[in-house]
Amino acid sequence: MTLRPILLGGLAAILFSSSALAARMDLTIGMVLEPPGLDPTAEAAAAIDEVVYANVFEGLTRIGPDGAITAGLAKKWTISEDGLSYAFELREGATFHDGTTLDASDVVFSLDRARAEDSTNAQKALFSAIEKVEATGETTVVVTLSEPSGAFLYNMGWGDAVIVAPESADTNKENPVGTGPFKLDNWQRGSAITLSRNENYWGEQAKLDKVTFRFIPDPAAATAALLAGDVQAFPNLPAPEAIAQFEADPRFIVAIGSTEGETILSTNNKKPPFDNIMVRRAMAHAIDRQAIIDGAMFGLGTPIGTHFAPHNPAYVELSETYEYNPEKAKAMLAEAGFADGIKATLKLPPPSYARRGGEIIASQLREVGIDLEIIPLEWGQWLEQVFKGKDYDLTIVSHTEPNDIDIYARDDYYFQYENPDFKALIAKLNVTAEEEARFDLYRQAQQIITDDAVNVYLFQLAKNGVWDAKLNGLWENSPVQANDVTGVSWSE
Amino acid sequence: MKNALRNKNFLVGIFLTGFILAIALISFVWTPFDTTKLIIADRLKAPNLTYLLGTDHFGRDIFSMVMVGARNSIAVAFFAVGIGILIGVPLGCWAAAKRGFVDELLMRSSDIIFAFPALLSAVMITAIFGPSATNAIIAIGIFNIPVFARVARGAALSIWSREYILAARASGKGAVRITREHILPNITNILVVQGTIQFSLGILAEAGLSYVGLGTQPPDVSWGRMLNEAQTMMSIAPHMAIIPGVAIIVTVLGLNLLGDGLRDLLDPRLQRER
Repeated sequence: MTLRPILLGGLAAILFSSSALAARMDLTIGMVLEPPGLDPTAEAAAAIDEVVYANVFEGLTRIGPDGAITAGLAKKWTISEDGLSYAFELREGATFHDGTTLDASDVVFSLDRARAEDSTNAQKALFSAIEKVEATGETTVVVTLSEPSGAFLYNMGWGDAVIVAPESADTNKENPVGTGPFKLDNWQRGSAITLSRNENYWGEQAKLDKVTFRFIPDPAAATAALLAGDVQAFPNLPAPEAIAQFEADPRFIVAIGSTEGETILSTNNKKPPFDNIMVRRAMAHAIDRQAIIDGAMFGLGTPIGTHFAPHNPAYVELSETYEYNPEKAKAMLAEAGFADGIKATLKLPPPSYARRGGEIIASQLREVGIDLEIIPLEWGQWLEQVFKGKDYDLTIVSHTEPNDIDIYARDDYYFQYENPDFKALIAKLNVTAEEEARFDLYRQAQQIITDDAVNVYLFQLAKNGVWDAKLNGLWENSPVQANDVTGVSWSE
Repeated sequence: MKNALRNKNFLVGIFLTGFILAIALISFVWTPFDTTKLIIADRLKAPNLTYLLGTDHFGRDIFSMVMVGARNSIAVAFFAVGIGILIGVPLGCWAAAKRGFVDELLMRSSDIIFAFPALLSAVMITAIFGPSATNAIIAIGIFNIPVFARVARGAALSIWSREYILAARASGKGAVRITREHILPNITNILVVQGTIQFSLGILAEAGLSYVGLGTQPPDVSWGRMLNEAQTMMSIAPHMAIIPGVAIIVTVLGLNLLGDGLRDLLDPRLQRER
């Protein structure tokens, strides 16, 4: 009686194992945060780009795993002598997921929409150099700049500069319609987003037919999901303590790469007592960065002293500007009139660098008399209260956009930092094309925000990538916010 | 007293509970290390002579954390049981005294509360009002109310049918006075036993809520949080998980044995049989 099911089971196992010899076509990727929407041109959250960049939406140019600019929807371009006019030639046969063809008018629409007065684009500065965008033919577009811009082609490769269609632009947040090799299959809120292969893609077809992004903020659950094979790749595992375990396991590949993520103790520069520069500088002296990197990240991370990535050629090493010295910090607080101490809140988003780093920072600041109440927030709450509402004293977050020091020049950004000199510097940077001059301006910008101690600069986030050893083609570094799976495949 | 010394459950239970209570009380005046001070350089140390039970990933002394965690667990369980007794017992007595509609209404409402899985509902409450130790107390306390209401009602009903209650009524005492003078003194034993059991459930619930991040918040220490933090470190520092786990087991075992022992000792029928 009991033999039969066993025999059947054995037969089934044989059948399935033979079909398993063909390469797998599906992939589940683990991510820490769920995107609030799926329109990269409408919101700032990095998680949006980490799902849709290159997979669902494409721009005129594209940024590759090494940070280099390659052709995107524009197959080639020519730049005029004076550097003011860029003529793009678009791919023929590119279509949106809804079947409409991509033509020059879509490009004009997308760029005009992004730089419009009422645009909600999170990176409007990318488009600030554009004077006009014209369609000169069915598949040719000319972009005219007001000043030569060295970063223009790079800017066009950002997720915020992707090309959308006028018919679907307003609904991309829920139902993204792009030109990429994958289209949205299904979004289970709070759990996972599934993309399926776009069979009508203009270029080389993706090798996978289904890619699922699962959202697992908890370090323990993330580790368990990888070990159990429920997710086969975690481009940035939130459990640095588990890295050694995965390195020792031949089933997995561990790739420690770099990100553009400056992890900072963001400070509300308009809220007393943090509007006082002495208090901010005292905080910088009170924090031991290496202890945070060791305690929260298990040593993975590089100390920084300003809002700039250490692997960038224009980086200035300022991490010793405010050396760790609690006594000095106490004296500075006393001098600023806070000898009796300060009470404030520290709102923490879900990533483990923030939750663990927050406990260490709270302990370090307590030593100098700053008593922080820790308030853990969900990602949506954090975006709403802290990032949009600016209702916070201190928070910890990693800013993963590349070259994003210009956020300090924005009115109404959540740091609430205002410095006319800095704004003038960024305005100048936006119209400077020559590389060495740009580097010089970047260096000055770094110095200003460090002198003003706008935020406490902690460390550059490492990319703790862990994935199945049979997977090929995942990015080791994050030059842009992306989990580009267009070239990913399984080896047999 | 003789009976108490003969009852093994009671002896082991009171010893374990007393031990945990003692370290919780001592933690108010002394712990080997300050648990709010992180010594990163000493992180993930195995038990040694300086750190008797080792250190966690922030370099905190686990022995000190267990002591402070005991205090926090006991405080949450104590107040949660307190809420249950202070609200549940009067409701139960009221239902037993009034009978009829009031009884039906109270018991059916407690059925409704019972129908929800307690821990899930506690998760719901803390999710709405924000995670904190206070909200954990309220959440656990709410689910103690119907427990005590039912126990009090059941016990009170059996007392109400006694002849001396009839006598008391005949002599003109009102329901409130009868409850105070005759019912409550006679159901105290049962309530004490139930209180001990609810206390151990409260400790477990607090650990569970803190484990999922909805209970005690950092920098306060909780056994549940210690377990949660230890999870991913199991392969590199197993002591981080084992020690708070053992602390929870010891406390819950102690309280359950104490409850069993008390039930045996306080039940007059069982005494006579011996």
